[in-house]
Amino acid sequence: MRDLSIYIHIPFCVRKCLYCDFLSGLARGGEMESYVNLLLREIKKQAIFYGDHRVISIFLGGGTPSLLPAWETGRILERVREEFLLTEDAEITIECNPGTVTAEKLENYITYGINRLSIGLQSTDDGELARIGRIHDYGSFLETYRLAREAGFRNVNIDLMAGLPGQSLASYRKTLERVVALSPEHISAYSLILEEGTPLYVNQKEYTFPDEEEEREMYELTGRCLEKAGFHRYEISNYAREGRECRHNKVYWCRGDYAGFGLGASSMVRNVRWKNPDGQADYAACVEKMEADALNRVAGITETETDRTARMKKICPKGMDFAEMLRQTGRREVQILTTQEQMEEFMFLGLRLTEGVDLQDFQRYFGKTAEEVYGEQISSFEKQGLLKREGRRLRLTPRGVDVSNVVFSAFLL
Amino acid sequence: MTTDQSKIRNFCIVAHIDHGKSTLADRIIEKTGLLTSREMQAQILDNMDLERERGITIKAQTVRIIYQAKDGNEYIFNLIDTPGHVDFNYEVSRSLAACDGAILVVDAAQGIEAQTLANVYLALDHDLDVFPVINKIDLPSAEPERVKNEIEDVIGIEAQDAPLISAKNGTGIEDVLEAIVEKIPAPGGSPDNPLQALIFDSVYDSYKGVIVFCRIKEGRVKKGTKIRMMATGATAEVVEVGYFGAGQFIPCDELTAGMVGYLTASIKNVKDTAVGDTVTDVDNPCAEPLPGYKKVNSMVYCGMYPADGAKYPDLRDALEKLKLNDASLNYEPETSIALGFGFRCGFLGLLHLEIIQERLEREYNLDLVTTAPGVIYRVYKTNGEMIELTNPSNLPDPSEIDYMEEPVVSAEIMVTTEFIGPIMQLCQERRGRYISTEYIEASRALLKYDLPLNEIIYDFFDALKSRSRGYASFDYELKGYEQSKLVKLDILINHDEVDALSFIVHADSAYERGRKMCEKLKDEIPRHLFEIPIQAAVGGKIIARETVKAMRKDVLAKCYGGDITRKKKLLEKQKEGKKRMRQVGNVEIPQSAFMSVLKLDDN
Repeated sequence: MRDLSIYIHIPFCVRKCLYCDFLSGLARGGEMESYVNLLLREIKKQAIFYGDHRVISIFLGGGTPSLLPAWETGRILERVREEFLLTEDAEITIECNPGTVTAEKLENYITYGINRLSIGLQSTDDGELARIGRIHDYGSFLETYRLAREAGFRNVNIDLMAGLPGQSLASYRKTLERVVALSPEHISAYSLILEEGTPLYVNQKEYTFPDEEEEREMYELTGRCLEKAGFHRYEISNYAREGRECRHNKVYWCRGDYAGFGLGASSMVRNVRWKNPDGQADYAACVEKMEADALNRVAGITETETDRTARMKKICPKGMDFAEMLRQTGRREVQILTTQEQMEEFMFLGLRLTEGVDLQDFQRYFGKTAEEVYGEQISSFEKQGLLKREGRRLRLTPRGVDVSNVVFSAFLL
Repeated sequence: MTTDQSKIRNFCIVAHIDHGKSTLADRIIEKTGLLTSREMQAQILDNMDLERERGITIKAQTVRIIYQAKDGNEYIFNLIDTPGHVDFNYEVSRSLAACDGAILVVDAAQGIEAQTLANVYLALDHDLDVFPVINKIDLPSAEPERVKNEIEDVIGIEAQDAPLISAKNGTGIEDVLEAIVEKIPAPGGSPDNPLQALIFDSVYDSYKGVIVFCRIKEGRVKKGTKIRMMATGATAEVVEVGYFGAGQFIPCDELTAGMVGYLTASIKNVKDTAVGDTVTDVDNPCAEPLPGYKKVNSMVYCGMYPADGAKYPDLRDALEKLKLNDASLNYEPETSIALGFGFRCGFLGLLHLEIIQERLEREYNLDLVTTAPGVIYRVYKTNGEMIELTNPSNLPDPSEIDYMEEPVVSAEIMVTTEFIGPIMQLCQERRGRYISTEYIEASRALLKYDLPLNEIIYDFFDALKSRSRGYASFDYELKGYEQSKLVKLDILINHDEVDALSFIVHADSAYERGRKMCEKLKDEIPRHLFEIPIQAAVGGKIIARETVKAMRKDVLAKCYGGDITRKKKLLEKQKEGKKRMRQVGNVEIPQSAFMSVLKLDDN
């Protein structure tokens, strides 16, 4: 059996943060329920293709997944359990924003088997939070965090951001120190990126951003401060206590199979990548097409069919492969990765991890040594002190981590 | 075909840019029934796409039309449309020489401008009978009476009965046609004299060879006539003669004195049919060529390189093809350490350069890197030798140079009096030598300056426009060479000299230009993993420096929900950006950097 991770997208927010360009919108009455209904239908139909998989992680991301009423979250996870085989220790994460959960909701999460909480804090400075349009202040975060611990969450991540308007090195240090004092299991630290079209981008002249030097100091401070507090940096922007690395996150970098459900969700299964439609109507049409009799008839599926592997074999009969089915149902960017693209991904995704890539794996997967394909890049970066080889592993040096995009782009063939 | 010489009118239209020359030409053609307005594409005479976009005429166009005049006679009009830019002054003068008269179009609101004057004087120099028409009388700001007086006062030609027209609306066009019959003289010359024809343009056609546009001054020419180009010495046998329909060549039996038409003679290269040359009959030659022939020289040079080195042969082929049609384009292969294989190309002026560049990019689909344009300097060496320098990299060692000369132009700038101050200041900054100020009327003046050509080739016109809020107009002609204190400014990137960025500059402006160059390049060159010094140097001495800071870290972007394609696209963009760079030492320089030096003054 192959391992599978599941991503479920919940595109609702109380209001959109000023820097956000991800697929999310304001929640309106009734929309959530009908969206969850669609999700359930998609999960059911998609599951047919994963008869030979077992699920090792589930991630409910957004948007603000915690905005869903608890029972809707429950319905989603119930459906996943009905349709998929979950391992006993599966990591099940939900993203939540301070102020959108109650003690009761959190207790329900525990009941549904959710065992990891990822809280979007970004900063502990209320002025900074307000400037980027967050819906909460530091106080409401503390309340949410306390409730989470009380409800029994033993695995909590806190998201932080550097480079916010009006942020100083001192205020950032304070944020780090406060967060460390709370002793979460995991911390994600990113830089604010001004994405075109967002209000923050459009009105950027009205804000004062930390200058380059300050931002670099913030970045260096993150590493120093978190490592001193016992977190290790296992990936470029993720820090965890021993054994608390986010399993779901690592699947992306190790190129494990993951299926994305919901609006705009990305998937990669057996070296096929695709994305779901990102418009509500297109998504609904996509689900309907999957359910269409025609497709089932082609596949010869009946509801009574219980053997998943047999169903899988039937739905992809001769002349209709998986990728074609994805295209026919309106998925975007359906891409069967070529060997070359797989090699590229192997390198630029794997090198994000502190442990780097396993060069023997490379040879095992692709039948060529990494030196044959990337000899020039590897030796040049080794000379520049950006890559380091240790036994069978190749990894970024600390300096290489700092300028990782330069290294990664060189691995595109 | 009847050839009653007294019923022929050969004329052109002269105007300042935008005063409506081409629109009037279109109306004349339309009114004479050659085409219905529905068939007409706007402004037929400007028939290159580029010309239509820029609203200027680059190549002369000619059309023959029949007009039924009020006196009951049928007249043949040959309208010769002349190029409208200072870069093409010589071509303009040859086109004028093919005419017997000229219509002067003046904008009823703007009145006389620098080019109006320059063109009228040019027409009068060629003994053309000039009559004015006042265009754009439909504009609310039109002041036809003021403009009439201005024409009389400034130019000294009768303007009281000038037709008041709106070429745009078609108002008053009849009056213009009647005035052509009345005021423009019939051509002179006799069909019985030996052949003497003026070449005023030529185009290359892949089937017919060169098509020579000419005005028959004396004699006759027909199929089979053995002709000789008196200046170039080329001989050929005429295959076809004819006249110009709208957008087509219409063959006829014979061209005789007074007529305007074309001839073909299986000539392979426009070099043999230089504009201004005289065509005569080998068997019955005329005694003397027509006056005014000049060999056209390039005034502005730059390096042109294919962005993709593998496209070098394509660039060579494209230049070869353009050259077939454009005798004033020169090019020779050159190599740059930074840019690889390319060509040093010579042009009549910056507009000509831009046109060629755009045509190469559009018609031949080439992506080009162009180095800063320069003029031809004369370098007098201590050993008595003189070299004409077109590529700054070829400047001899300073110890071998006795002195240098640069080309200087006589410039005329027409400006409203309120902007005289700023314009004079601009001319001073550009090392201009003040000659005179003539007041045309209370509110307008004509400033005369001698200016070094290298100070006006890139952005002088833009600076002029911005400092006069668009009210100044400008014209110039080459005056000659003058000794000047010139130095070569070199740019060093990460301590390596980048040959393609060197240029010649006056010693007094070297520091300023060097500083601006460094600033500009600092913005153009992306960060590398190491610090990159950018230095400007004159004769090995560093005069300015900037630093591109080393890249210390990336921005840490979040990867939402496993969207790897988005991530990969960003990396691809980064990689793609690298491909468009030129490697100099271990620094990657974007191609745009080589051109950015053209825009040093956009403050």
